[in-house]
Amino acid sequence: MPLLKRGKLVDDPWTHVADEVAVPASGPVIVGLKRWRDERETLLKRADPVGVRLQSDHTAGDVAGDLEHLGVIAFAFPVFRDGRAYSNARRLRERYGYTGEIRAIGNVLRDQYLFMGRCGFDALEVKEGETERDWQKATQAIGVFYQAAADGRETVIQRRHRRTAMSLRHPQASGK
Amino acid sequence: MVAYRYDEFDQQMVNERVEQFRDQVARRIAGEITEDEFKPLRLMNGLYLQLHAYMLRIGIPYGMLSSVQLRKLANIARKYDRGYGHFTTRQCIQFNWLKLEDTPDILAELAEVQMHAIQTSGNSFRNVTADQYAGVAADELEDSRTYAEIIRQWGLLHPEFSYLPRKFKIAVSGSPHDRTAAKFHDIGVILKKNDAGETGFEIMIGGGQGRTPMIAQTVREFLPKRHLLSYLEALLRIYNLMGRRDNIFKAKLKILVYALGIDEMQKLIEEDWRQIKDGPLKLPQAEIDRVAAHFTPPPYETGESDARVLDIHKFESPAFARWARTNVAAHKQPGYAIVNLSLKALDAPPGDASADQMDTVADLAERYSFGEIRVTHEQNLVFAHVKEADLYRLWRSLDEIGFATPNLSLIGDMICCPGLDYCGLANARSIPVAQRIGKRFADLDRQLDIGELRLKISGCINACGHHHVGHIGILGVERKGEEYYQITLGGNPAMDATIGDVVGPAFSSDDVVDAVETVVTTYVKLRADGERFLDTYRRVGAEPFKEKLYPEKTDAAA
Repeated sequence: MPLLKRGKLVDDPWTHVADEVAVPASGPVIVGLKRWRDERETLLKRADPVGVRLQSDHTAGDVAGDLEHLGVIAFAFPVFRDGRAYSNARRLRERYGYTGEIRAIGNVLRDQYLFMGRCGFDALEVKEGETERDWQKATQAIGVFYQAAADGRETVIQRRHRRTAMSLRHPQASGK
Repeated sequence: MVAYRYDEFDQQMVNERVEQFRDQVARRIAGEITEDEFKPLRLMNGLYLQLHAYMLRIGIPYGMLSSVQLRKLANIARKYDRGYGHFTTRQCIQFNWLKLEDTPDILAELAEVQMHAIQTSGNSFRNVTADQYAGVAADELEDSRTYAEIIRQWGLLHPEFSYLPRKFKIAVSGSPHDRTAAKFHDIGVILKKNDAGETGFEIMIGGGQGRTPMIAQTVREFLPKRHLLSYLEALLRIYNLMGRRDNIFKAKLKILVYALGIDEMQKLIEEDWRQIKDGPLKLPQAEIDRVAAHFTPPPYETGESDARVLDIHKFESPAFARWARTNVAAHKQPGYAIVNLSLKALDAPPGDASADQMDTVADLAERYSFGEIRVTHEQNLVFAHVKEADLYRLWRSLDEIGFATPNLSLIGDMICCPGLDYCGLANARSIPVAQRIGKRFADLDRQLDIGELRLKISGCINACGHHHVGHIGILGVERKGEEYYQITLGGNPAMDATIGDVVGPAFSSDDVVDAVETVVTTYVKLRADGERFLDTYRRVGAEPFKEKLYPEKTDAAA
């Protein structure tokens, strides 16, 4: 799966380890939540970093206590219509202050890149053939945001009233 | 006119959205994305694939239209459709005969007049509705449109809530006499004063119709204005995370509220809300003031009006007097009136308007009502600011285009979904049933004698025709390839909300009009002085009606 990290196609340093497969001795790995819980101590002893893969019925709260140990938190989209991961990603960033990688896996489509980015996803496992140009086009399609979200972009309300506040302070700047 | 006008941010967003959709349509036509992948994208833009063609539903936020916008809709009807449109129970309009490749251009034309079709379908946050009498009703606490507009903007392309478990509907009411069916919405936002005299909102959640009708419950008695968006965000987040996604029929908020109970819901929402309430979602008073300034009253004439002129017209024309009695409502400004345009003429599909009718309405609104038109969830139109002195002339003009049928709130003023004539979900036709009932009760004197009677027809269990809350509700069902119609009685969408009771087995298409007539004549016999149908039904219950509707059954049981 090609990996788009903040819009750049990069070699993925992480290995997804399926639940029934043994964890390799070295290299960064992403494991399922159950394994993380069951083998936490062993995994923490590895020299290389660990990430956790969450299914769509898992929540941000399931890993909230472990964030300092996790280099990646990957949320699965079993189908693009399942929107739970958007809320979980925002909670990780905004409530729990997670600064590591949040990755979207599964049915990740171009038309969701912008929303995913806004909600805190900074890495996307995308379809074969997707380009950086596709990512740019998709994420730049809309440049006006009504909602505050995990990306900290200025909202329309903030822009409107920043302008008003400035023109009140500097009447000449308003052009009148 | 009095309306929210886009600033450069609003306009930029809609323009960019048109180009984004143009690209999506191009990718679909080129086969780069599958129909399954395209479906949620087109639904996010109000585009359905129906029985015969694509249908585009255009949002009309809280039902407010300008004459310029209505002329644009007329133009779209002519240029891209078959010369008419259909006003819906979400105060929107839909066109039923479109081509996929035309839709980006249609959306571009709409953007020119500050309209769009974003989130008019799909599992997203739908068009926000409000009171059609907002700003002119004497009983209103504050103009609900200010808050409906603020909510509209917050919900537009929300990055977190664009893939909800199911569609999501919010109504805002500023009046204790709710005209929005707020208790049958996922969220009802009701303006309210607290004990300190401060204005804020009561928040009700978990109402809805469809296959499991439920009445909304209060989740918060009083919410200060500055917290409106943060509270809604917390609420939507709980729903997004916890609403069922395994069964489309159990995916609505009402089912979650029912499963968890209102107290647990409240706890979950408040817990999330406390984390975010003082963050960037806190609503600045400056923004409330900015939006409210768009809804300041138009420049009414305050000179002496001669009430006798109106009385003379009423005396000279009984037809005008009858219309003034049924279709004209009191205005808070002396000398002005609210005029309801009935889109329920005999033989016309309820809620339909032709391009020519739309153009004429746009002209009349400019002449008589500050260029402003409102769409009601009952599928009629409203001129909100008509001088009493102009009523007679306006009536004559409306009569010429068939929008002056004096039947508002009477049995002829039915809500009716498009049904199997158009809709891919329907089990039965609804428009022909409405037309046959209309014919049976064509006598306007009889309608007036029957009095207020809300009859609502849905062609399937999705209940787009609001049958659960009809005083008389009719639900189309299909059995072995034949259409049958189930009757419910006693539904009511207002603040004293009730869900209609099913009276018994469904009637065949041939018998359903007789059944409605039986219900009506039974009521007329039983009613006490001044009782509406709903009052009588509440007093006597379903039994007397069942006895008349199913005499054989009652005999056999006796």
